[in-house]
Amino acid sequence: MLKFFNKFIRNSVDFLRFSGECCRWLFVPPYRIGQIAEHIERIGLQSIPIVALSVFTTGMILALQLINIMYIFRAETFAGAAVAIAMSRELAPVVTAIVLIAKNGSAMTAEIGSMQVTEQIAAMETMAVSPLRYLVVPRIFASILAFPALTAIANAVGVYGGYFVAAYVMSVNKVAYNQTMFFFVDPDDIWTGLIKAAVFGFIVTVICCYHGLRTSGGAKGVGRRTTAAVVLSTVAILVADYIMTFLFIRLLGM
Amino acid sequence: MAETIVKVRNVFKSFGEHKILNGVGLDIEEGRITAVIGKSGTGKSVLLKNIIGIMKPDKGEIFFRDKDIVKMNKEELLEIRKNIGYLFQDAALFDFMSVEDNIKFPLVEQLGMKEGKELSGRVAELLELVGLPGTEKKFPSELSGGMRKRVGLARAIAVKPKIVLFDEPTTGLDPILAESIDELIDMVNKELNMTCVVISHDIASVFRHADKIALLYDGVIQFCGKPDEAYASDHEVLRHFISNSFRGFGAETR
Repeated sequence: MLKFFNKFIRNSVDFLRFSGECCRWLFVPPYRIGQIAEHIERIGLQSIPIVALSVFTTGMILALQLINIMYIFRAETFAGAAVAIAMSRELAPVVTAIVLIAKNGSAMTAEIGSMQVTEQIAAMETMAVSPLRYLVVPRIFASILAFPALTAIANAVGVYGGYFVAAYVMSVNKVAYNQTMFFFVDPDDIWTGLIKAAVFGFIVTVICCYHGLRTSGGAKGVGRRTTAAVVLSTVAILVADYIMTFLFIRLLGM
Repeated sequence: MAETIVKVRNVFKSFGEHKILNGVGLDIEEGRITAVIGKSGTGKSVLLKNIIGIMKPDKGEIFFRDKDIVKMNKEELLEIRKNIGYLFQDAALFDFMSVEDNIKFPLVEQLGMKEGKELSGRVAELLELVGLPGTEKKFPSELSGGMRKRVGLARAIAVKPKIVLFDEPTTGLDPILAESIDELIDMVNKELNMTCVVISHDIASVFRHADKIALLYDGVIQFCGKPDEAYASDHEVLRHFISNSFRGFGAETR
């Protein structure tokens, strides 16, 4: 038990030190623009269909449930506002992040992890190149840009998913649905969601790359680390989401 | 007497309970081929990794031209590594890059060379040198084990280091290929005037090519001397190594 606890503390310190180092290198040029662009393409552009699909269904489900309940109070036109606010503040950033963890976070760990076990990382170090600067920092930049961009797209698609169900499945008054939505949604709703997305991008990339670089023990090790990275980053973004929501609502009044 | 370029003094390294290096001392003379022999798993690779600084010893000193690399910080180490090339056991080529980009990597990252005729010319020259002209566009997965090692060697000597470390360069190759790699090591040593440190358990080839032989056993250097001294030595473990390697050639009857 004590041994386990010791290991936990040691790993946490190691991880925090790694995150700190990542933060420091974010502000040190030169920036590898070509690599950042490549990762933006993989994390951003190539994820648009899957993110859109996930968030469109989420919007549909949400609208269906809300209209079903609010109909009792004859308040079904307000479902539009509820969907839009829930989407922009919580669901779009979280669903996007979870999709990207599954799609790109896992790939980061597996790629860097297999480079580690085949000594490619060590080879990089012998050639006086820091793997952190070469492999991790460009991915962090790409994520910090791509996560909010995808979240913005997800906002629009998700809200449209809700509208689709309201207008064509539940036959809610379209004009009233849209009007209440535009009346209640505030720019702050959008901003908080986008800020969250950027933070999620950072957290996911740091966790996934950290596990990649600490991989040992061949193919099995890569598998173990990939699982750990996906599980931990999913939990981490939910915890971070709660903390940020608390800060935005209670402290900043956003 | 040639000048000593690397001095290893009383180096200890263990992994958990497992003691690997137990007070290793070794002098590497400039312009010579030094071979380190010993059983598999006795820490020969660990010793090389300590010399290039991608592993830190628990205790002891390693001097590169009178500068102790154990005490250096990361930035100073990166500077020292420009003087040291490293050929990994499985070549450790970057598998997401073509042969050309692999060789360009140290040239661009360490010497700051820019894309252009000069860079491509240098790559072609290096590939010619290791006997693989015209393979620029191939990927590591398309190459055989022996070819990968040659590309790895081209990459290791690309920045003209003072010293090249070879981690089991001939393991897993057939005797004819192994001999051709040994000849390449000779070429690197004699024509390019680089100091070579070779880890091997191919005793026969070591006797043909090395200027100095060091036996690592039980975590210490048990014997260090010229090949004919090693051949004449009464050291029990060394005798055992030699007689096993030359069994059937009349060596054991000497």
